Amino acid sequence: MKLTKLLTSAAVALGLATTAMAEDKTKVGFVYVGPVGDGGWTYEHNQGRLAVEEEFGDKVETVFVESVPEGPDSERVMTQMALNGADLIFTTSFGYMDPTINVAKKFPNVKFEHATGYKTAPNVSVYSARFYEGRAVQGHIAGSMTKSNIVGYIGSYPIPEVIRGINSAFIHARKVNPDVQFKIVWAYTWFDPAKEADAAKVLIEQGADVILQHTDSTAPQAAAQAAGNVITFGQASDMSEYAPLPRVSSIIDDWAPYYIARTKAVMDGTRESKSTWDGIGAGMVGIGEISDAVPADVKEEALALKASLADGSYHAFTGPLNKQDGSAWLAEGETADDGTLAGMNFYVEGITGDIPQ
Amino acid sequence: MDLSAINPVLLVASLMVAATPLLLAAIGELVVERSGVLNLGVEGMMITGAIAGFAVSVETGSPYVGVLAAAVAGAALSFLFAFLTQFALANQVASGLALTLFGLGLSALMGQGYVGIRPPAMTRLDIPVLSDLPVVGPILFGHDPILYFGLLLTAAVWAFLKFTRGGLILRAVGENHDAAHALGYSVIRVRVLAILFGGACAGVGGAYISLIRVPQWTEGMTAGIGWIALALVVFASWKPWRVLLGAYLFGGINVLQLNLQAAGVAIPVEYLAMSPYLITILVLVIMSADKSGAPASLGRSFHASQ
Repeated sequence: MKLTKLLTSAAVALGLATTAMAEDKTKVGFVYVGPVGDGGWTYEHNQGRLAVEEEFGDKVETVFVESVPEGPDSERVMTQMALNGADLIFTTSFGYMDPTINVAKKFPNVKFEHATGYKTAPNVSVYSARFYEGRAVQGHIAGSMTKSNIVGYIGSYPIPEVIRGINSAFIHARKVNPDVQFKIVWAYTWFDPAKEADAAKVLIEQGADVILQHTDSTAPQAAAQAAGNVITFGQASDMSEYAPLPRVSSIIDDWAPYYIARTKAVMDGTRESKSTWDGIGAGMVGIGEISDAVPADVKEEALALKASLADGSYHAFTGPLNKQDGSAWLAEGETADDGTLAGMNFYVEGITGDIPQ
Repeated sequence: MDLSAINPVLLVASLMVAATPLLLAAIGELVVERSGVLNLGVEGMMITGAIAGFAVSVETGSPYVGVLAAAVAGAALSFLFAFLTQFALANQVASGLALTLFGLGLSALMGQGYVGIRPPAMTRLDIPVLSDLPVVGPILFGHDPILYFGLLLTAAVWAFLKFTRGGLILRAVGENHDAAHALGYSVIRVRVLAILFGGACAGVGGAYISLIRVPQWTEGMTAGIGWIALALVVFASWKPWRVLLGAYLFGGINVLQLNLQAAGVAIPVEYLAMSPYLITILVLVIMSADKSGAPASLGRSFHASQ
């Protein structure tokens, strides 16, 4: 599929080169880690791409390649896109970080936007969403609703973004329920429905009645539904087809405004390299409708938490907080700085298990 | 660490489920390779079976019709491969790879309207008394029919290859197609039938993922199982029971490692994550120390004029 897409885009580029040189379209490329039909992460990036097309109509042309493995293969795909005349390329997964920097060096005139990474260059911007704010709301609901006091968490890769999510969810679950325990399973994949389903089943068999996932497919939702009496949260996308149970709420990524703004900046020639990290307040992170399966008072608290995160009156990482080994991290009232959060590689106190290094 | 959180009965029961798609696809590919054909399109046939089975189940409301449709779809796709390699004498490796790419694309297209839908559930076997037995019940008598079908199929393929005349012909074609041809057997016909069988098995394996193991449709949901099935056939030295062992080992260790992670065992997760591959390969490689090699004509095209 990848190959055919490449061939088509190559053919299209060839056609454009020979017939329509005069046409001055801004060409925007997207590199996806999963299929656009995953119903989660990649689906939402593709929605952003469609929004760009809708916004600029004929003035823009978008291309995308889906299911691109992280690592060297992605470098080839990006190079191909740049060679085909892309002006702006969005690389939408953490694992594309080094390939993006490498390709950006070779094509100084092409602008790159890398999602969830931290390495920038004159023509490479990074952007991410403060998903951990959404995780705080999830943690609150999870801690309030669990009866077994065991929350299962399906991690993808042990990278800062995922660890932040685990910590944030844990802190807020503990706040409402001091007995809550997290069982964390690393799937080592962003997208593998069968494996995600297995992981969810294992966690449920071991007593979890809340499943949080940081993988992209809806498979854990299906597993939770089959098991019954287990609640889940939509990841990246609303996953409302599993509402009102097991899916009781969700974190929704909304990339469209950012993608439109960046494309506009490239068109106007005003684009410069920067780091964007927006949360609930800026609308990059949305909280999907909290279903009726959640008790009214919990729902109200969750919405209040969301509001305080949105207006900035509350930070999801507010002290006093200790690290897992018991050493002090944040003092009373102190909030975490973005640098620490961006490179977070430790659990907070209370979480059992080690982060794979 | 809390090993008591792992329930061994549930563990065995779920490892059987995890292993079944792999087993089905691998046993089909085993027959194909024993006939001397290397079909690298397993992944493509599986995913096509997954969506065909899913779509038909949703439309008809019957998971059994869906599984049947998955077998037909897998076989239909493999017929394309059979045509290319057996009649047009195309390169088998290239055709197989093309089949995988084609299957992935085709399934994504077919699945457009089926994202987020729930398939009708397949009833589990429920034998009064037997299914309620404490340990044996959930392990032996509490599964869906396809799982038992996979086990029966393994036994049937083994018996077919070992004891029947048809099996002997199939092996002869795979070992030396010129000799088989000289004896008057139709090499092409045997191979086409083997390819169709392999396609049907892969299709059912795919449908098992989309209808029972996950159950839902998502693009690319087989996520490489087809390739593992291919590797498994090689490591199992083209022997049915070893394929079964390998599939259960792989599925089992996969489920076990997730269990160990969830229970907080102090083994680095990286080792746990690679353990299914490592242990399966290790065990099968040690077992294949006897002199069982690949079918001699594996991957070679046959034409009666040569």
